[in-house]
Amino acid sequence: NHKVSASNNVSLREFGCEQNLLSRPDGSASFVQGDTSVMAGVYGPAEVKVSKEIYDRATLEVLLQPKVGPAGVREQSQEQCVRETCEAALLLSLHPRSSLTLILQVLHDDGSLLSCCLNAACMALMDAGLSMSCLFCGVTCAIGADGDIIADPTAAQEKESRALMTFAIDSTERRVMMSSTKGSFSVQELQECVAVSQKASEKVFQFYRDSVRRRYSKNL
Amino acid sequence: MKETPLSNCERDFLLRAIEEKKRLDGRQTYDYRKLKITFGTDYGCCFVDLGQTRVMAQVSCELVAPKENRPTEGILFFNIELSPMASPSFEQGRQSELSVKLNRQLERCLRNSKCIDTESLCVVSGEKVWQVRVDVHTLNNDGNLMDAASVAAITALCHFRRPDVAIQGEEVTVFSPEERDPIPLSVYHMPISVSFAFFQQGTFLLVDPCEREERVMDGLLMIAMNKHREICSIQSSGGIMLLKDQVMRCSKIASVKVSEITELISQALLNDKAARKAGGKCGFAESMPQDRITALKMDQTDVEMTNVSQTGSGVILQGDEAPPPTVPSPVVPVPGVGQVGQGLQSWGLEEEEEDDDDEEEESSGDDQVEEVTQIKLSEKDKKEAVVEISDSEEEEVEVDKLN
Repeated sequence: NHKVSASNNVSLREFGCEQNLLSRPDGSASFVQGDTSVMAGVYGPAEVKVSKEIYDRATLEVLLQPKVGPAGVREQSQEQCVRETCEAALLLSLHPRSSLTLILQVLHDDGSLLSCCLNAACMALMDAGLSMSCLFCGVTCAIGADGDIIADPTAAQEKESRALMTFAIDSTERRVMMSSTKGSFSVQELQECVAVSQKASEKVFQFYRDSVRRRYSKNL
Repeated sequence: MKETPLSNCERDFLLRAIEEKKRLDGRQTYDYRKLKITFGTDYGCCFVDLGQTRVMAQVSCELVAPKENRPTEGILFFNIELSPMASPSFEQGRQSELSVKLNRQLERCLRNSKCIDTESLCVVSGEKVWQVRVDVHTLNNDGNLMDAASVAAITALCHFRRPDVAIQGEEVTVFSPEERDPIPLSVYHMPISVSFAFFQQGTFLLVDPCEREERVMDGLLMIAMNKHREICSIQSSGGIMLLKDQVMRCSKIASVKVSEITELISQALLNDKAARKAGGKCGFAESMPQDRITALKMDQTDVEMTNVSQTGSGVILQGDEAPPPTVPSPVVPVPGVGQVGQGLQSWGLEEEEEDDDDEEEESSGDDQVEEVTQIKLSEKDKKEAVVEISDSEEEEVEVDKLN
């Protein structure tokens, strides 16, 4: 049984976000966590191919483009994680027989890529004006070799970690919407990481709120 | 997704305006849009904004075996990715006509012009050479992707640093960036492409067409040149017939533009070099404009972890209050038949409960006698019955269990 030390303070890296930076997509956002940077673009609601249409709700498609090389299976599984989170948050039944396309472009990967993708996706969906039942954010936790929990790890920290977990947390009740884990860990460690993610998500949601408030404010 | 079709009145308006030497955004005929070049955190990553058109180029390298007919030369690989983010009409994975055209033009512009010294990329002749790969991702298409892509590609190649290599006899050592400083590629010259759009069968021309102008144009002339006034590639598409003096005029305009753009690229590279030398952080967080209301930055924050272990344990305790669900262990009623659970119960038959000890899951016909351990029956039931799972719901089969 691993005793995880709870005395150390975990820290989140520097955050940055810019919304509405691309002219063609209906909604776009770029999210930066330390050196990890992802750009998201949303098109929709738009026409959908008959083969993909769903009669009572919108069809959401998520595409993740890596920086080097063609998209492979790893990108497809990350797309799946993002898509499930978005489908849970978006009110898809407001747009039946329509398509929503979310494209994520990795600008730089320095760890916590999936959570950065989730954050960029949420900000882009907000920028596109799509109705959602809740906002979501992504938080990555890594368990180091000595049992310490590291939140928002860099690529170097991820490499040395024993386990890596990404959670998507919703904004209304701070519940876990999606989890993607790698490595081995105990049940106690899992629950502690969930608790850390829930606490960290508060900072991220506050950042969302500040971004949007700044955008709609009358003075800078 | 289908591109929104261009309405006739919009098309007529654009053409009439061009005839009167007016452009939608107020530019003159030979004016370029504002060109902005920024770099990313690692070497070889470059962003180019040409007005609203945005592209990103990333250069990477790896050691591979050389081509058979060129054993002493490195390999250059170019790829322009038309991302669906840039335009709703770009589809993922589909090799559209535009994608083929852009890729081919970029290859001709950069590879055939021999702007990179490929001989210097050779490590062991005939066995190991560097393959330099340039990926250009289009982020937003507001017209003239070709020019933006060529600027991004050549700037990224100038910015890129490859790992240092030492050869001692037979041994080849590749040093990581921490061990030895990476070295830049040897770039002879910088070919830049300039695009001209023609309207009304070649009567009017515009430099650097935006997306609307591209949709109403008749043909496109692309000239790739370097600052030494050497033409690296000319491509004319759209089937317009151009006169010789029109092409000559375009090449003169192109040389002026290319020297301006080359100056801009050199300045950007110098600025970046100075910033890295000064040790400041050069990344996306820094290059994000802070004076816009659509952008926000937050510094490193701490997350309180005081109650984390209590919360974690609390959740687990809550989970433990519910009795752990019993998973029935496999049972072997007859040699060669394994059974887990009770299956569907027929109507009216009382539910039988069985407690099984842990049993082996695999049992071949011969071993099953040893593997089937003693089965304890619950005290409630005197009758023992095993219901076989079968397709038919009505059928009730009782099989005597072997002890």
